[in-house]
Amino acid sequence: MDQDITGEIPHLVLSEDGSYYLQGGHNEALGKYVFPLMGGDKEFFEPVPLKREGTVWSFTVQRFRPKTPPYAGPDDFIPYLVAYVDLPGQLKVEARLVDIEEEEVDIGLPVELTVIPDINGTPGSVMHAFRPLEKRAA
Amino acid sequence: MTDVGIIGVGIHPFGRTEGRSGIDMGIYAVREALSDCSLNWEDVQFAYGGSDASGNADTMVKQLGLSGVQFVNVKNGCATGGSALYAVASTIKAGEYDIGLAVGFDKHPRGAFNPLPEEWGLPDWYGAQGYMLTTQFFAMKIKRYMHDFNISDLSLGRISEKSFANAELAEHAWRRSPVSLAEIMESPMVNDPLRKYMFCSPAEGGVALILASEKKVREIGAPFIKLDAAIMRTRPQGSFEVFAPSIENDIDGSATRLASQAAFDLAGIGPEDFDLAQIQDTDAGTEIIHMAENGLCADGEQEQWLAEGKTLLNGQLPINTDGGCIACGEPIGASGLRQVYENVVQLRGQAGARQVQNDPRVAYSHVYGAPGVSAVTILRK
Repeated sequence: MDQDITGEIPHLVLSEDGSYYLQGGHNEALGKYVFPLMGGDKEFFEPVPLKREGTVWSFTVQRFRPKTPPYAGPDDFIPYLVAYVDLPGQLKVEARLVDIEEEEVDIGLPVELTVIPDINGTPGSVMHAFRPLEKRAA
Repeated sequence: MTDVGIIGVGIHPFGRTEGRSGIDMGIYAVREALSDCSLNWEDVQFAYGGSDASGNADTMVKQLGLSGVQFVNVKNGCATGGSALYAVASTIKAGEYDIGLAVGFDKHPRGAFNPLPEEWGLPDWYGAQGYMLTTQFFAMKIKRYMHDFNISDLSLGRISEKSFANAELAEHAWRRSPVSLAEIMESPMVNDPLRKYMFCSPAEGGVALILASEKKVREIGAPFIKLDAAIMRTRPQGSFEVFAPSIENDIDGSATRLASQAAFDLAGIGPEDFDLAQIQDTDAGTEIIHMAENGLCADGEQEQWLAEGKTLLNGQLPINTDGGCIACGEPIGASGLRQVYENVVQLRGQAGARQVQNDPRVAYSHVYGAPGVSAVTILRK
């Protein structure tokens, strides 16, 4: 059984094979996907694992520390890459991009889901991100 | 239904005014607007007003006069001013009252807004992990747009250069020193491809508009600036809007496209008839996108328009003639009404050094904000 790691309707799920997937919602009749799946969506959308691979649709670098609240990261701020990742046939999800320098990123770059330590510092807690597909072997 | 006109306008300068509350800026603007059309507070039969973060507008009756006036508070995010204006115009059109007030004001702390996920129907992690930033969204939207329609970084700079140049000539603007294109292009990157001088900042300010039925306008003998359309729309299915953890695959339409089209339909005129326009410029990229979303030009034409200076004060279609949000800052509740204020001043020919030439007759305004709301107006004289 999948383990719920983020609360009532998890958006990041650890499957039995030890890998993570993003959980969205799918309405087959409408052919529509949502992410994240919120409580109010449950009437219309079935939980569904989202694809692990996609391409960068757009991106930016977050160069200033977001205000707290809501930001839960450390005071010592390091700029980070954010992208919309196009999951073919499903939807585009917003996620951090890791294991890559900003000048190497371009629209269309193939990426895959990964997890990184949660910036809130909770030991063992992870958050979703995408990394270049070509870095998998590394 | 009667026609509705704007007969009085008032503004409290935008920017930062230490020691003055947001609501006091609203009161200042109301007094200016009343004085502008030589009316007394007791002549105002009803009012709609609001702020996003600076309290209830109706409490201003304590200072303006306890006349017992009907005063409804509006809180509708970035469309607060536009929604107040819509309500005032609709009430007068329906024949219920003849003279009404729309007022908006705000006073925000420095730095980016810090909205909380739960107030926007989003999970806590979206804010905690550092995604809930309007600047981030606008950066990614323009990044993709530039890729799709061949817009250069230089075009972003040209927008800001124009904003600061226009603001130098606008008494109510905040940042009134010109900034050179080179300085803009060398300013620190904030959210790539957007740099420091390409963003607006949260600010302070207040705007008030007095509206009247056509009959009342003629009675008073005020100049008649007709409000042809005041429309507010929310986002449609498949649009790509601010605070979106995900976007549908088939991006189609936007709150802005819906609102502008509805306004064109209502007024029976379109972008080819506009002599000037004020459009939402949360940042330079947003102005570029909104030029097309409002139908002022086609997607991709912005590059040439900006290179040719078509949206400068002396261009074919001057845009953001008072420097827009980039130079005036963005007090949320007042921002949309500032655009209407500027259009009224321009249509009356009272804009001084920034006056659009050749006697402008039709002016358009457009505001946009989270989570995908847009309010537009068309004014005609």
